[in-house]
Amino acid sequence: MGGGNKGVGSSSHSLSLKKLTKRYGLQSAIEDVSIDVGRGKFVTLLGPSGSGKTTILMTVAGFIAPTTGQILLDDRDITHLAPERRNFGMVFQGYALFPHMTVEENVWFPLRVRGMPLAKARKDVAAILDLVQLSGLTSRLPAELSGGQQQRVALARALVFQPDLMLLDEPLSALDKRLRADLQWELSALHRRLGATFISVTHDQEEALSMSDDIVILRDGRVEQSGSPSTLYDKPATRFVANFLGESNFIRGDVSQVESDHFRYTVQDRSFLQAGSPRPKDHDGSVLLALRPEKISVGSAPTNLPNSLDGHITDFKYFGSTFYLQVATKLFGRIMVKTPAAHAGFQPSIDARVWLGWSPDAPVVVRAS
Amino acid sequence: MGEGQTRFYYWAMAPAVVLVATFFVLPLLQVLWLSVSEPAFGLQNYAALIDNPFLQRVWLNTLRVCALTTLIAVTAGYLVAYVMAHVHEHQRALMISCIVLTFWLSVLIRAFAWVMILRTEGVLNSALLSLGLIEQPVRLVRNEIGVLIGMAHYMLPIAVLPMYSNMQSVSPSYVHAARGLGARAWQTFFWVYLPLTKAGIIAAAMLVFILSLGFYITPAILGGGRVVMIAEYIRVSFDETLRWGYATMLASTLLIVLSLGLALLARAINIQKVFGA
Repeated sequence: MGGGNKGVGSSSHSLSLKKLTKRYGLQSAIEDVSIDVGRGKFVTLLGPSGSGKTTILMTVAGFIAPTTGQILLDDRDITHLAPERRNFGMVFQGYALFPHMTVEENVWFPLRVRGMPLAKARKDVAAILDLVQLSGLTSRLPAELSGGQQQRVALARALVFQPDLMLLDEPLSALDKRLRADLQWELSALHRRLGATFISVTHDQEEALSMSDDIVILRDGRVEQSGSPSTLYDKPATRFVANFLGESNFIRGDVSQVESDHFRYTVQDRSFLQAGSPRPKDHDGSVLLALRPEKISVGSAPTNLPNSLDGHITDFKYFGSTFYLQVATKLFGRIMVKTPAAHAGFQPSIDARVWLGWSPDAPVVVRAS
Repeated sequence: MGEGQTRFYYWAMAPAVVLVATFFVLPLLQVLWLSVSEPAFGLQNYAALIDNPFLQRVWLNTLRVCALTTLIAVTAGYLVAYVMAHVHEHQRALMISCIVLTFWLSVLIRAFAWVMILRTEGVLNSALLSLGLIEQPVRLVRNEIGVLIGMAHYMLPIAVLPMYSNMQSVSPSYVHAARGLGARAWQTFFWVYLPLTKAGIIAAAMLVFILSLGFYITPAILGGGRVVMIAEYIRVSFDETLRWGYATMLASTLLIVLSLGLALLARAINIQKVFGA
């Protein structure tokens, strides 16, 4: 990002959603959602379609009135404030750039509706277009821009009036993979530079992991789990989170022996060692463990790790830096394994016999639902 | 498809082609021919366009009435189209069927119905009189007001349809975006929604204007002979003053104006496609 823009988006605010519920008839789109977004944070609402993430964003923006609950900006109740009076910058899905206005006019729009004097508006528009590196394209129409350029115009338009909050609805979903990765860097850099509070909605886990300070995972209109990306990835609370954020193998075992900081569980008479406590336990006394594919070590000889298992490769893929293996095991069925190609120490081949091993703190006990 | 079959389909079209040629193209050419050959060969009939003040008044009358009709029908139609594009689906179906229904009502019946309502002893005036809102009946027919009411009423549904279809193509996210960026309702409308529906307005206005130019029955009945428009003047020249050369000149002029209008309309519809309608 080039150019010095001290004036842009210096203020930042916190946002609290308190027990938000939105019902349409008997159906509820969101149910009892409470989220706290700290000053200057980048928070991502992540969930599959129909999880209520867009409803939450539209409620924050003011386009949907919650059935019950409260929205607080700092300590101010804005639950019933009209959208045009909230002073939030929003990047819409598909950007919604006004097709009859040039880049410059689009970015000018929020200043124009606020009645800003033309000379000052001209300066601010030029400054923000410089910030998003679009200075050379000011008189183009949106239809004459590439997807990435349109995205930047939408960002500039949402930022130019120094909004109290930035709302991003699937900001990168319309772009191709390569451009998406580039803009993830740019968006985080922009956020850091402005210090403003960003709330983003996405169904793309990679986008959520790479850009956010905090992630809120939503499922069927409720908050499933929230926390920092690494907390959610390393300590998923439920099977859904373990599966939605990254990939997981799931192991169900019967708890056989409990010590203070570890326990043993059995799967068909084979015993395994696991760190931590066997909670949450299912009503039948079994536990469900999520085991990330990259936390399993694989070799052509038995390992000396406390937990080991043998199987044979049914399929594999090579991704340059990593191998992706599908291993059929008698005990656990199919297990996915991800291993760095440089350290694999062996060349995978179909039907080859392999030994899998993992340390006691690799899996995480999760709730089944 | 075999060649014989193709030939059969061409022959099957023949009666229609002959019909159109005999009863439409030939008389049309005859009209054009008469306008330059009756009473003598030359353009003297067309000279009236320049040196006949009465004819100029008729044309100005016609253009003014058509322009006002267009203004009224498009403005009112825009509101109807806006509501139609934004109500719930059930109400929309009802509104569309009401609009289509009006096309089944004969223009003659509508004109006479308006006379019954608007004349000095009519429903409207007696209601207003008995309510004490007016002291004397207001003249609403046999003048330009009557013509405008009747024509705008007829043109309203015709104006609604192109604007409605254009509005349907405008994504609601633009309006959301405008409001989210801080625009008040009137700013959103005048700076975002209205420009985005401009193509529909142009198409509707041209359609209404072109159709109004050839209107005959409604101005004749509701104008009561006081508001002479071009179509009525053509009839008088044919029927009563029997100046065929003059009448065919008027008809040819109207035809040329209409053709130019249609050419412009075709361009307007292309513009609409560019806008993504």
